[in-house]
Amino acid sequence: MSALRMGLGRIGIELKQFFRDRESAVFNFLLPMILLVIFGSVFGGQELGDSGITFAQYFVAGMIASGILYTSFQNLAISIPMEREDGTLKRLQGTPMPRSAYFIGKIGMVFVAYIAQVTILIAVGVIFYGIDLPTTSVAIFTFIWVSVLGLIAWTLLGIAYSVVPRQGKGAAALVSPVVLVLQFTSGVFFVFSDLPQWMQTFASLFPLKWLTQAMRSVFLPDTAAAMEVAGSFELGMTAVVLVIWIGIGAVLATVFFRWTPRGAN
Amino acid sequence: MPDSAGSAITAIDVTKTYGDFTALAGVSIHVQPGECLAILGPNGAGKTTLTEILEGYRDRDSGEVSVLGVDPGKPNPAWKAKIGIVLQQASDMADLTVGETITHFAKYYPNPANVDEVIGAVGLVEKVNARNGKLSGGQRRRLDVALGIIGNPEVLFLDEPTTGFDPEARREFWVLIDRLKSEGTTILLTTHYLDEAQYLADRVAVIARGRIVAQGVPDSIGDRNNAIVSWTNNGREFTESTAEPTAFVQQLATQFSGEIPQLSVRRASLEDAYLELIAQDRDTNGGDHS
Repeated sequence: MSALRMGLGRIGIELKQFFRDRESAVFNFLLPMILLVIFGSVFGGQELGDSGITFAQYFVAGMIASGILYTSFQNLAISIPMEREDGTLKRLQGTPMPRSAYFIGKIGMVFVAYIAQVTILIAVGVIFYGIDLPTTSVAIFTFIWVSVLGLIAWTLLGIAYSVVPRQGKGAAALVSPVVLVLQFTSGVFFVFSDLPQWMQTFASLFPLKWLTQAMRSVFLPDTAAAMEVAGSFELGMTAVVLVIWIGIGAVLATVFFRWTPRGAN
Repeated sequence: MPDSAGSAITAIDVTKTYGDFTALAGVSIHVQPGECLAILGPNGAGKTTLTEILEGYRDRDSGEVSVLGVDPGKPNPAWKAKIGIVLQQASDMADLTVGETITHFAKYYPNPANVDEVIGAVGLVEKVNARNGKLSGGQRRRLDVALGIIGNPEVLFLDEPTTGFDPEARREFWVLIDRLKSEGTTILLTTHYLDEAQYLADRVAVIARGRIVAQGVPDSIGDRNNAIVSWTNNGREFTESTAEPTAFVQQLATQFSGEIPQLSVRRASLEDAYLELIAQDRDTNGGDHS
């Protein structure tokens, strides 16, 4: 009865709850697709400068990076406080299931939800906005390692942030402003190089800016690197930043995670 | 695995305070293997605090505690596998079905009970594909019990298990618990229902204001030699608890010409004894905390 086996068993249970809960399915899973359709319909055909790149192409990269944030950070930072409040965590604490199995279940759920979301986002982009897909194995490899590191970092940060909302009910109100501010400042809704410099500096402290930039390296032609602030996609730096945030997230999640609401003992 | 004193559950002089409020002021209980102890007491008396210390959810300030020979303050997975916990009413995992939930929880335990048998025992066969969130209050409670017993526990904690049950569901639940008892499960039950304690418990402990005020077999609690005489006079109801009901009624009869209106004489029940104990505690300690 290993922790790993229990954790793998929890993935299925977590996924059922993720997709059956209507609010979570809309807010964490469908929202990026809705945004893609809206932004793609309004601005999708516009060309960025005379680069030959459409905004839709630029925006798909940002939305896929945001998908990492939605399925991991936003999802967990809202659902864990609810599980803490409704007694799910207290019940689990009373069983022999170890904490690690619970985390394995969450991480597995996040990965599966992300894969499903990215598949649909790309399909929508290709079918409706004529997005070009990456063809080189280098681009596909970049897509995979950036996704994996990004998901791990944001999952850990979501687990850590789950102690911030005191109640399950108001959790979304404390989580979505963080997500929105990061999206606006990290080059998801606007072209990053058009943003004021202080905003660029602020966004560079957090992982989302690096994720969107790396996703652009996957979905935009190599010539687009010249449009970046640094003149390149900075993949090496992206890896460094993500690994640092995984370290920070691991420490915060381990120190701050709790089964019961504050003040319960 | 009983401890050195042979008990499945032992608590000696356990104290717990929250700020200025003393939840437990030195509580001692012993539960023998296979025994069912019911803890009775008003809201706020310390029942849940005591239970949650024994379950490993809360720290104690002082005192000795042992459940199956292990200090619940230092729990380990092997120990948790031998403990079954039914918390106060829950509403979690609303989007899973009954069958999914019980099947999944069985995987947490090294020696689980048969899933279909447990579903049958708690009477949820027809609800096996229903979402937990769609169950009635009583059905939901039976699911909680199913999750408490799926691991084949040696010790089962039941915290107000039948709150919200209709009388028939409560009877069915008692039969289920009786069966677990006959299989040797040690049970610690907290309840508001005195008839439930009378039916299920081998012994009861009455807790008030964080102290045990009486402990023993249900028929020995309080002054059970007394009888309760009740009657009416000019529409007002009177009751008297007395050790000599025959003499009392003879004396009472002299005040009436003919029949005493609405006369009844009955043995004091556990409920009468319990209410008297709680009232006495209030009188001797002054004020009302609950």
